[in-house]
Amino acid sequence: MAVGDLSSSSSSSSTELHVLAVDDSLVDRKVIERLLRISACKVTTVESGTRALQYLGLDGDDGSSDLKDLKVNLIVTDYSMPGLTGYELLKKIKESSAFREVPVVIMSSENIQPRIEQCMTEGAEDFLLKPVRLADVKRLKELIIRSVEAEEEHKAKHSCPNRILQNNTRGVSSLDDDDTPSSKRMKLESRVHV
Amino acid sequence: MDTLVAQLQRQFRDYTISLYHQGFLDDQFTELKKLQDECSPDFVAEVVSLFFEDCEKLIGNMARALDQTGNVDFNLVGSSVHQLKGSSSSVGAKRVKGLCVTFKECCDSQNFEGCVRCLQQVDIEYKSLKAKLQDLFSLEQQIVQAGGRIPQVDI
Repeated sequence: MAVGDLSSSSSSSSTELHVLAVDDSLVDRKVIERLLRISACKVTTVESGTRALQYLGLDGDDGSSDLKDLKVNLIVTDYSMPGLTGYELLKKIKESSAFREVPVVIMSSENIQPRIEQCMTEGAEDFLLKPVRLADVKRLKELIIRSVEAEEEHKAKHSCPNRILQNNTRGVSSLDDDDTPSSKRMKLESRVHV
Repeated sequence: MDTLVAQLQRQFRDYTISLYHQGFLDDQFTELKKLQDECSPDFVAEVVSLFFEDCEKLIGNMARALDQTGNVDFNLVGSSVHQLKGSSSSVGAKRVKGLCVTFKECCDSQNFEGCVRCLQQVDIEYKSLKAKLQDLFSLEQQIVQAGGRIPQVDI
């Protein structure tokens, strides 16, 4: 199960997320890794979309992963990368049976509305303007943890298929933050700085 | 009577403030400092060091591309500028980032002289920042060696 087969935990502080971070910039990889580690996440960094697919075991021809036990709770990727762009990586992940439920967040230094819309339409969880800050990562982490925990709770009570639960948990996670695409764009617009 | 530690701390504070006020650093540098702690005491120095290596490499790429007289690939130059703009933004290197914005415009309009000028300026600017940050880190080391704590500077 792709979202993360976490052992039952009573509090959010004991839920350790495993994040895959994809960025072709060494400087940015170092920064995002630190941001995530300081937020108590396990981090794996890779330098390209192609490497990300290899890591996920998705570089074969079908959408299934060879790595059945790989637990990735969140994928954070830069948009502009040589070779596979972040958008193309997002599409491949959403097309895969193994990882389509894993939230994917896109990072970009450019606040381009059509780009943001394109990514959100393709199923991105969020779109972050670079440089990414601690507050962004903290917010993301809370969002992911709440949805993972809600899903764990549901699983404990019922035996329902993943897909239905995922829809429910999205509702739960938007209690504090209005996560509709338009609100994210507005948040982004207020953060534009040159 | 001012102890050595107090003097060094004041120097550190003043120098830090001046770097921000003169536009060398912006609040992203402050964000990086937040990520530094006892477990990762050299984080900022490490990131900054990677950034300067990046500068050297990318500026080298740009120089080579601009050297192809009559056959300059402005897209190639622009792509290196874009990368440099990204990493300078990530470390809070405000002046370098600003120069990259201008530089990118020259690339987009295929302005050769403009590109050459920008390249020279970016080269000077990153080296200047490198020297200043080395001085800043050196002050930090002196404070610690003198038995003091590095003060938190609110900009």
